[in-house]
Amino acid sequence: MAHILKGNAHRFEPNDDINTDYIISGRYKFKIDEMADLAKHVMEDIDPGFAARVSPGDLIVAGRNFGCGSSREQAPRALKAAGVSAVLAKSYARIFYRSSFNVGLPLLQCDTDWISAGDGLVIDLTHGEVTCPARAVKVTTAPIPRIMCVLLEDGGLVEHLKKHGGFAFD
Amino acid sequence: MGKTIAEKVLGAHSGSDCSAGDITVASVDFCMAQDGTSTMMMRELEALGFETPGTRRGMALVIDHSSPSPSANVSRIHERIRSFARSKGIRLHDIGEGVCHQVIPESGKVLPGDLVVGADSHTCTYGALNACSTGLGSADVAAATFTGKLWFRVPESHRIELRGAFSPFVSAKDLILDVIGKVGADGATYKSIEYVGDGLRSLSMDGRMTVANMAVEMGAKFCPFPCDQMTCDWFSSRGLVSGPGVASDPDAEYEKSMAFDLSDIVPKVAVSHKVDNVRDVSDLRGTKVHQVFVGTCTNGRLSDLESVAKVMRGRRVKEGVRMIVAPASKEVLLEAMDAGLIRGLLRSGAVVMPPGCGPCVGTHAGIPADGENVVSTANRNFRGRMGNNMDVNIFLVSPETAAASAVMGEITDPREV
Repeated sequence: MAHILKGNAHRFEPNDDINTDYIISGRYKFKIDEMADLAKHVMEDIDPGFAARVSPGDLIVAGRNFGCGSSREQAPRALKAAGVSAVLAKSYARIFYRSSFNVGLPLLQCDTDWISAGDGLVIDLTHGEVTCPARAVKVTTAPIPRIMCVLLEDGGLVEHLKKHGGFAFD
Repeated sequence: MGKTIAEKVLGAHSGSDCSAGDITVASVDFCMAQDGTSTMMMRELEALGFETPGTRRGMALVIDHSSPSPSANVSRIHERIRSFARSKGIRLHDIGEGVCHQVIPESGKVLPGDLVVGADSHTCTYGALNACSTGLGSADVAAATFTGKLWFRVPESHRIELRGAFSPFVSAKDLILDVIGKVGADGATYKSIEYVGDGLRSLSMDGRMTVANMAVEMGAKFCPFPCDQMTCDWFSSRGLVSGPGVASDPDAEYEKSMAFDLSDIVPKVAVSHKVDNVRDVSDLRGTKVHQVFVGTCTNGRLSDLESVAKVMRGRRVKEGVRMIVAPASKEVLLEAMDAGLIRGLLRSGAVVMPPGCGPCVGTHAGIPADGENVVSTANRNFRGRMGNNMDVNIFLVSPETAAASAVMGEITDPREV
């Protein structure tokens, strides 16, 4: 697990309540079960050009309640398969929050109003900091809960269970 | 300090004293997944070397979201689910048995005081049965199925007191839409919601399932109702023993409290494209309707079909409107047939689909055309939700409002028909 992430910010309309249907439509969840194919349709309903525009390492930036709605794990998996290295939002929906760490996609909680689409950002996961070198801005993120750090280090929930034979958070 | 239902259930399942904010590893009683989430869960279970469920009452897989299969690809997914269920001794509910969140309560696998997880966000529905039950991603459900346990953060609880009784043509869906409109789409994120008060007497078990079902639309984790006489009667009518269930203590701590007088509630509608965009139905009077859908894990139960029949009696679906009804389960369909409801619906001009999710999630049938307005008893009105293009509007309403709107061809307050 890399502790320093670098990428360009992508923003969407709407900014709040981006649900998992918008991340990957129910139209595709039965048609395609290879993540690389699903990644071609990620965010399609609110930004049809996103999948073609996103580069490896890029970052999704949003407002409140990112990932609400359906429990489909295809949502964080498709974002990851599209090359997204992390999401920054003011808050997250519960199921999406757990699922993202379960599949190795870090989510960071911080103020995001200051970030513009295209900003080059550097994320320090260990110290919980987001910086925009070009604009000389540095923002602190809420600490990632310890369980989520363990899951990220182990490469996700399935790998965690394989490694430890059960839950090992102590 | 007293305990909430969530604190007691998680405490009992982890063998430790639990308070809001604690992290605990708890035994899970039952797991479920459906055809849209099973593929990933099966892969994860195979990666873990899974043989048989570690949960107390096993697991169920339900083929309901794209059922019967509309394509060769979905058929391949369904076949994989069937073969997995057969080889691992998992109970499979195949096409036509109904929506997971109706079929599983009917199966008797969820009992009061249980801890249940499912790879479907509306798994919170079983809160109606006094269970702490929640939706999760496939990996978490795979982990719970494999180990029989899962880690949980013990949620804070919100308490909603209900007083009085509903006015005629107002029902559980109007209540939960009113609650979501006031709380907001993220107003209860990670919380457990407990409904209390004498108003519970006006909420049938079907109505409680409607209310618990939509708890996730305000971000909630659990929605455990009390285990009262109505709960015990429901279980005994199905030949099951409910046990005493779990009650919160009088001095339990709630992060937030609200109160609703049921007699004040009027027909409500969640206007596209957000579930918390809630208005009075009368504000949208005259909005043209192209398709009406009655069904889903929110409102496809027998009492919902009875409410529809009551509004439609002697009336017909307006010319130019398509009305689609999908009973929530085979049992519901059979009971509705015995009561003459299906004959009445067909005679009124409705189309009746096999039990299952119906057009709710846009994967197999009843997909609206560009520019259409859909009135639906489902739980989500997101853009594109029903498999449509972006310019379709979905309006979420009660079965009563859906029926009135089908008859009038425009969004209509059922008290005015």
